[in-house]
Amino acid sequence: MKRYRARRRRNAVAVSVCAGATLLGLGWVILILLALLREGRSGMSLAVFTEMTPPPGAAGGLLNAIVGSLMMTALAVALGTPLGIAAATYLAEYGRHGRLRHVVRFFNDILLSAPSIVIGLFIYEILVAPLGHFSGYAGACALALIVVPVVVRTTEDMLLLVPDPLREAAAALGLPRAAVITRIAYRAAGTGMLTGVLLAIARISGETAPLLFTALNNQFISVDMGSPMASLPAVIFQFALSPYKEWQALAWTGALIITLAVLALNVTTRTIASARSRK
Amino acid sequence: MPEHTIKAFDTELQDIARMIAEMGALVEKQIAAAGTALMLHDVDAARHIIPVDLEVDKLQQEIEHKTVLTIARRQPMALDLRETIAALRIVGDLERMGDSAKSIAKRVISGAGERSPAEALHALARIIERVRGALRQVLDAYTRRDVERALGVWRADQAIDAEVDALMRELIAQMTADPRKIPICTDLLFCAKSIERFGDHATNIAETVYYMVKGKVLDAERPKSSAVQYGTPARS
Amino acid sequence: MIDVAEAVRNRMPAVTALAEKISVRGLHFYYGKNHVLRGLDVPLYAKRVTAFIGPSGCGKSTLLRTLNRIYDLYPNQRAEGEIIMDGKNILAPEEDVTLLRARVGMVFQKPTPFPMSVYENVAFAIRLYERLPRAELDVRVEQALRRAALWDEVRDKLGVSGMSLSGGQQQRLCIARTVAVRPEVILLDEPCSALDPISTAKIEELICELSSAYTIVLVTHNMQQAARVSDFTAFMYLGELIEFDRTSTMFTAPRDRRTMDYITGRFG
Repeated sequence: MKRYRARRRRNAVAVSVCAGATLLGLGWVILILLALLREGRSGMSLAVFTEMTPPPGAAGGLLNAIVGSLMMTALAVALGTPLGIAAATYLAEYGRHGRLRHVVRFFNDILLSAPSIVIGLFIYEILVAPLGHFSGYAGACALALIVVPVVVRTTEDMLLLVPDPLREAAAALGLPRAAVITRIAYRAAGTGMLTGVLLAIARISGETAPLLFTALNNQFISVDMGSPMASLPAVIFQFALSPYKEWQALAWTGALIITLAVLALNVTTRTIASARSRK
Repeated sequence: MPEHTIKAFDTELQDIARMIAEMGALVEKQIAAAGTALMLHDVDAARHIIPVDLEVDKLQQEIEHKTVLTIARRQPMALDLRETIAALRIVGDLERMGDSAKSIAKRVISGAGERSPAEALHALARIIERVRGALRQVLDAYTRRDVERALGVWRADQAIDAEVDALMRELIAQMTADPRKIPICTDLLFCAKSIERFGDHATNIAETVYYMVKGKVLDAERPKSSAVQYGTPARS
Repeated sequence: MIDVAEAVRNRMPAVTALAEKISVRGLHFYYGKNHVLRGLDVPLYAKRVTAFIGPSGCGKSTLLRTLNRIYDLYPNQRAEGEIIMDGKNILAPEEDVTLLRARVGMVFQKPTPFPMSVYENVAFAIRLYERLPRAELDVRVEQALRRAALWDEVRDKLGVSGMSLSGGQQQRLCIARTVAVRPEVILLDEPCSALDPISTAKIEELICELSSAYTIVLVTHNMQQAARVSDFTAFMYLGELIEFDRTSTMFTAPRDRRTMDYITGRFG
């Protein structure tokens, strides 16, 4: 009986420590959100979405930054997703029994954890310096390089989760290998793969470092991706460090917008995932 | 033969075999007692045989019940299946053998054996010994799964039938010669028929043992001597 | 090496009247270095059900998977020998595997409905080989579902996901999908081991019905099932064929001691 009571005491202590750690971790998240809400809400207005970044001292919005972010993100996803899916398909389907698989996975893991500033620098060297100017394309490429390993990882995991008997059942009907993958495996792993893409988007929404070297920034609204392009992270970076009140306010608002967008994406991802698993 | 993975299955089959041996031994005692009662015209002994037949019947029911349960529980296949079906057939034959002994006992009680011709009685005694022997042999064959022994019993049926035929001809001759002997001889005739049936059942058991071990039915025609027709003297 | 088919024909003269849909001759199979099937010779008669029984690891599933060359999907698995179907060796490299699998369908142990609606599951299979107008497709889908004894249960919910059906229904859906393609041979790899007794009974009934039109090869752990459902049974052990006979004989009077031990539960 004594041992039981001692165990219960230790259990209570452990539970308290875990609860405390949780509160500590959550606490910071809540504090950040509260700070964002507090500072960013005042700046939130329709103007933020309709007017472009103002010169110092004037009022304005974040339109060019938002548009730039959207465009570069879209292009990055368009570039990175097919590449990632193709690589993951190789890893999970064709290359399952080869040794090349381990090499590819290894490099993918390195790319996954590579500092984004290094990626930015790399793209600078090959897409900015030789051409002599910054561009939205370069920015999108840098972001794509961040998207690819995320998509590869999640897609590979999802494809590996598709049970082999399902593939065999399709093959046993006479479906050729490629069709088994595209029409059955992809379909079965579909929502998982979509989740991976959404996660990648969430990841690149907040990346600043690579954009600084590639897309730079643009005061004015521009949809020409061949020239420097504004983006929310870059604008926040610039405005937050400035001494101007209006710019600082806009920086907070921008941060709030990014945070809310990422939050929304995460919630969407989880909703889709849980709806799927309930089925 | 290795044991079943489920030991209870082996136990059940062994129990059934043991109970069949018990039943067989009881039936053998019955026919021996019936024979003695007939020879000595011992009505008391004959009266003892009747209630024992109830025991025989009870044993049959027990064994059948156990066998049916085994079939339900174990879904026996191949050899096991043949063994369980054989058990059902054998206890059926044994029960009827018990009934043969009982019918002889009933005739003794109602007067058979008294004032019977001595030769006929001796002949009957010999035949009873033969069928007792056949029963013992066939039960042995069953316990040991010995096909050769079973075949021996199966072939010996012919000799038993021949002896019964001879006895019946003799009795008919006596009845024809002296009509006052008809009631006595008729009793003995029916006893002889009972004993012949007893032997036939033993042969049935032999066929069942053959099927159980070999997995196929004993194909050949059972050797039989020509049947004697009542009322017609047989041509010698 | 005894030619089992020959020996069978010698012992069962009535069998010579039956056509051999598939003849397995001298089949060896390797998982990498593992020699798993050792010189198998077995006849599979047309429009009959042949069951393969044997302890775990005896190679019966492996044999089944050679019959539609599904092992081709895995690089370290290879087969040697001959499997003759309608006069041609299906193990020959020049044989079109896709067409082979259209003629030889397979149902797996775990039900594998595709992640689509019930209707689509069956239609998908049909569309692989035929281009049909919607009305005709509907008819074919219904036929296949009826053949699999599933139509009455799903006629009002053809649009629900195949994966939302019960285990037994899923397995029948897989069977419907397989017969929709109009194969000649159907391979069943322990189709009922993941199912409850009622679903099992329904599928066994289905197998009996299907055997009038298709050649069926069944691998099963359940001996009683093999006894109930098949016309011929093959007992395998350690990659070899030990005995092949009519089911009625195999289960009442098998010839080999090992077969007897296995089916009476004296094995291991």
